[in-house]
This record gives sequence, C-alpha cells and structure tokens, in this order.
Amino acid sequence: MVGAACAHYAARAGLSVTVLDRGPVAGGTTGAGEGNLLVSDKEPGPELELALHSSRLWRKLAEELPAAIEYETKGGVVVADDATRLAALRSLAAAQSDAGVDAREVSGGQLRELEPHLADGMPGGVHYPEDAQVHPALAAAHLLRASGAEVRCGEEVTAVLTAADGAVRGVATASGARLLAPYVVNAAGTWSGEIARMAGVRLPVLPRRGFVLVTEPLPRVVRHKVYAADYVADVASGSAALQTSAVVEGTAAGPVLIGASRERVGFDRTLSVEVLRRLAERATALFPVLGGVRVIRAYAGFRPYLPDHLPAIGPDPRVPGLVHACGHEGAGIGLAPATGVLTAAALTGSAPPLDPRPFRPDRFPDPCAAPDRRPR
Amino acid sequence: MKPRRTTSPARPRPTPRDVVGADPGPAFEITFDGRSVAALPGQSVAAALWAAGILAWRTTRGGGRPRGAFCGIGQCHDCLATVNGIPNRRACLLPARPGDAVTTQEGAGRADLAV
Repeated sequence: MVGAACAHYAARAGLSVTVLDRGPVAGGTTGAGEGNLLVSDKEPGPELELALHSSRLWRKLAEELPAAIEYETKGGVVVADDATRLAALRSLAAAQSDAGVDAREVSGGQLRELEPHLADGMPGGVHYPEDAQVHPALAAAHLLRASGAEVRCGEEVTAVLTAADGAVRGVATASGARLLAPYVVNAAGTWSGEIARMAGVRLPVLPRRGFVLVTEPLPRVVRHKVYAADYVADVASGSAALQTSAVVEGTAAGPVLIGASRERVGFDRTLSVEVLRRLAERATALFPVLGGVRVIRAYAGFRPYLPDHLPAIGPDPRVPGLVHACGHEGAGIGLAPATGVLTAAALTGSAPPLDPRPFRPDRFPDPCAAPDRRPR
Repeated sequence: MKPRRTTSPARPRPTPRDVVGADPGPAFEITFDGRSVAALPGQSVAAALWAAGILAWRTTRGGGRPRGAFCGIGQCHDCLATVNGIPNRRACLLPARPGDAVTTQEGAGRADLAV
C-alpha cells in the first residue's frame, strides 16, 4: 500500500514511475492487514500528525477511487473494562483531543447504544468517529491502477546499482533486467531492511508477527472498529514477547475480523494455536455473541517494525538517490497517503506538508559501525 | 449432456447405488422447510435433497438468488444450509440423521444477530 501511494503521488507530481513487486499486488505486508485507517491508537506526536494528514487524504482518495476499495468511515470505539484503564484511556483521549483528534468519551450505557452486542458491565470508553477502514488489497490495487505507473509484478529486486560516487543509478532484478533511475524508493514493507542492505546501509526493520481470525459471514454484528484499551499499550510496547488484546471489526463482505497479537519471532509462519486461543478468548470477553459464531480461517502477517515505532520516510543521506518509505508497523495502510506525499515532496524537492524530520531514515545508530567508507 | 440413446433397453437405467451393489439399510425421514424427505443411512443432506428433486436450499447474501450443491466435495461452500437451527452447514458433507430439520438459509442465516 505504501508503495502504491508513493507511486500515485510521485506520478501526480509529474515523475515517471515504475513499480517493482517480487510477488503479486498486496502479496506481502499489505495483504496480511485488516485495512485500518486509525487515529485512535496513536499518542500525540509525529505518528499521529502523519495519521491525521493521511485521514484527510484517504477521504479524498475515496472520492476518486472506485467504491470497490470498501472505504468506510465506521469510527472506532475503545472500551475500558475497569476504572483504572478508563482513567488511563481518558487522559490519552484528552491529549489526543488537544492534538486535533475527535475523541468523545462515552459512558457504559452509551457504549451499548453504539455496540448492542458488547459485554455487560463495561464502565466506559471513547468513540473516535474519524477511524475508518478500507479493503487493503483492493485499495492498493486500485490506487496503483489510478497512479498510471508502470507495474511489474513477479520482478524481484536483487541489487541496488550505484555509481562511482556512491549515488543510486537504479536496480537490477532477478530476471536480469536493469532499470536505470535517478531515484529508488524503498517501500518493501517488512522486507525493506534487505533493500537497504543492498544499498549498503542499515535500516533495522524487524518483523512483528500478528494473527487474524476470520469468522463465517454475518450480518452487521459489530458496527465500529472495537478494541480493548490495553491495545494501545501493546502497540507502543517494545517487547518481543507475545501480547494479545482484543480488536474486533466487521467487514463489508460479512466476516468479522478478530486480532490482535504481536510477537517478534522472525519470519516464522507456523500457526500458533496458543495465539488463536487467546484471540478468541479476548474477543468473546468483549463480544459474548461471538462465542456462538464459527471461525472459518486464520491468517498471519508481519508488521514492519522499527525500534522507535516510527516509519522511515525520506532521502537517505548516506546514499544519494535512495529514498525510504517503510517501517510503518501495523499502520501502513492508514499512513500510506501522507507517506506518499512526503516521498513525492522529497523526490521533487518541493516543500513537504508536514515536518519529515522525525522519520529520518538514518536516525538509528549502527551498533557495529565501521569507519565511514563513503565520501561525504 | 449426451443425447439419449434411441435404442433404449427395456430395463430401467441402473442408479449409482445399483452399480456398486450398495445395501444402505432402511430409509428414514428428514424434513425440508417442514416437508417430509426420505434419506438413506450414510447419505449426505445434499444427496437426500437432490434425490427428492430439491435443488436449492439457500439464498445469496447480496442478491437473494437460489443456491444448492455445486462442487459436492466441501470446497465451494455453495451448499450451505440451516440444519436443526444451525446455519452455514455444508449440506454436501453433512450426513443426514433421522429427524434432521433442514430449512432454507436466507443469506448469512444469522439475521437474528443483526444490529
């Protein structure tokens, strides 16, 4: 999705763009997501600013792209299950409001009006009307088509070509093709660290695994994206250990999606029954009605995780011509448009719409830094 | 479809059951939308419905169009039916049992949960 957005806004800025994907469209990071466009799960700071800007851009894209992308401004509802969590949620919502988020505290009774199937006894929560959803694979495909960029699927980048002065000259692919270009945008999702390595720089993108349970098709049982208040803490955690918190939402096609788990186990795709069990347990605690509904499948994906939970967006000063747009963790679908706009601004040298400095790709110190080989 | 043989033999065409020499035991009754349907031990719900000339027992979620068995081997999920009150049962895989109440499934079959 991030690559599609970069292609879209770069092409719109007048650049000639070729998109290389080693697999099919949305076959990697994007296709394993749920398509969330969230402002609710972000603490005030650069990521929230990126999310708010993206939220506005998504509204415009939804008008331009076909209805098939299933854009829905369903809103988010965060539920606290005890008084302590409610107090923490309330202070987060207050800070988010100051940062421009529409966050409305709701009582336990109002929660039931928003979500009639919610469990009894929830003391309260916060309603975020700006949270939205798209079908990630369809949205990526339609955005890519609308961009007018040349798209080459099944074409894996095997080398980043550089000139004698160290600047990027293009890429080589597994089919033997050499594409020459003054700029290469690294939007390889969870595999972006490899592209950076090919260019001789370190970008510590790590996979953070998550599972999603998919129920049988249902009528509208869950109206919003509903999640437990501890989800925000899990997202912000740096731990490699397994964390699960209930995240429940319906889809246009009928199935309810149940997440969210986070663990750092490399690129291991082995199905974890323990994770699925915990997801089901937490989801049914939030929505007891789901206890009588069947799960028909589960899927796993890898969030592109950077140690400080911020994406890497912008030119890499270590390799002229290399521009990164990756490391958005679980928020890449939502953050894609603003990332595309920032990337296009970097490529054309125009003024960015928001401060890109927090996303500098060279902000991670190299733990085994050798003396710099490159002339500056 | 092949054209029917013009020189048809006098005896009736053998059924698959005749061909394999099956002896499934006595038939029992299930119901479809309240109407009595005969089923044999080991027969799937879809087979029993087909044998009674019933080809559709679900309507689609989007257009409300009729659906019945398509692949017949549990892959396509076209044959979903509500059996004994439980929706989304694959009729082609589910063995019929005496007294089973099969009802036409409207859409997702969970209209009671809609909010």
